[in-house]
Amino acid sequence: MNIPVLFFSYFALASIIISLIVITRKNYIHAVLWTLLLFVHISGIYLFLNAEFFAMIQMIVYAGAILVMLIFVIMLLNVKHEDHLSDVSSLSIPKAFLVFCVLGVLAIVLQASYLNTTGKFSIDLVNKVSDAKLLGQVFYSEANLPLIIMGVVLFVPMIAAIVLAGKRSDE
Amino acid sequence: MVPLNAYLILAASIFAIGLIGFMTRRSIIMMLLCVELMLNAVNITLISLSHYMQDFMGQVIALLIIANAGAGMATGLALLINAYRLKKTVKIDLFKDMRG
Repeated sequence: MNIPVLFFSYFALASIIISLIVITRKNYIHAVLWTLLLFVHISGIYLFLNAEFFAMIQMIVYAGAILVMLIFVIMLLNVKHEDHLSDVSSLSIPKAFLVFCVLGVLAIVLQASYLNTTGKFSIDLVNKVSDAKLLGQVFYSEANLPLIIMGVVLFVPMIAAIVLAGKRSDE
Repeated sequence: MVPLNAYLILAASIFAIGLIGFMTRRSIIMMLLCVELMLNAVNITLISLSHYMQDFMGQVIALLIIANAGAGMATGLALLINAYRLKKTVKIDLFKDMRG
């Protein structure tokens, strides 16, 4: 039992348990706060993979922007607990079949996955030059079109959100 | 050294939990939260494969997925605000107008 395996198993087990906690909460704010804890653990998993840029981005974007936006909307809507309609529907046969199909495909892929590749970005290179610097080099050399597309993808929903949520109903 | 399959099994488990949550919860807020769970599972898969294949395109696609997650979350929450103004509820079972 070496130390990295111990830490990784803590992070993995905690992620799975916390995501099970998340999907079973009745209160929305509780679910969002447990999701915040889950994102902290996933950020710790990214640190194992020499992807410290993504650990930062996970905390900044997911925890700092998306979850705060979700909490803001929950508090803005002021959703009441509707007792006459249950929040949870039963897991019917087709849904369970769909989940089993997805898990079966994933199990087949996992069984067949065998990687023995050495690429351009070895672990020593990522340790020597930082992850963010290499990612910037990739984004401005060979992946420049995805960067432009990402800009458009972030620009259009801004207009959409302003147009949709800025409408006042005629009261 | 943790093997690759540990990361893949972790991501598959989180994806399956998010899928079950998406299909069993009936409020739009919880469904959006479960979609976020599934996107995080996909990100774990892409970044672990990028680390083990020593190639950076996985991280590029993961950053695109994060941008798309933020965009979809913003649009979905704006739609949710409008739907709540129409129906005064968040439960999707009560949106029965266009059943046909």
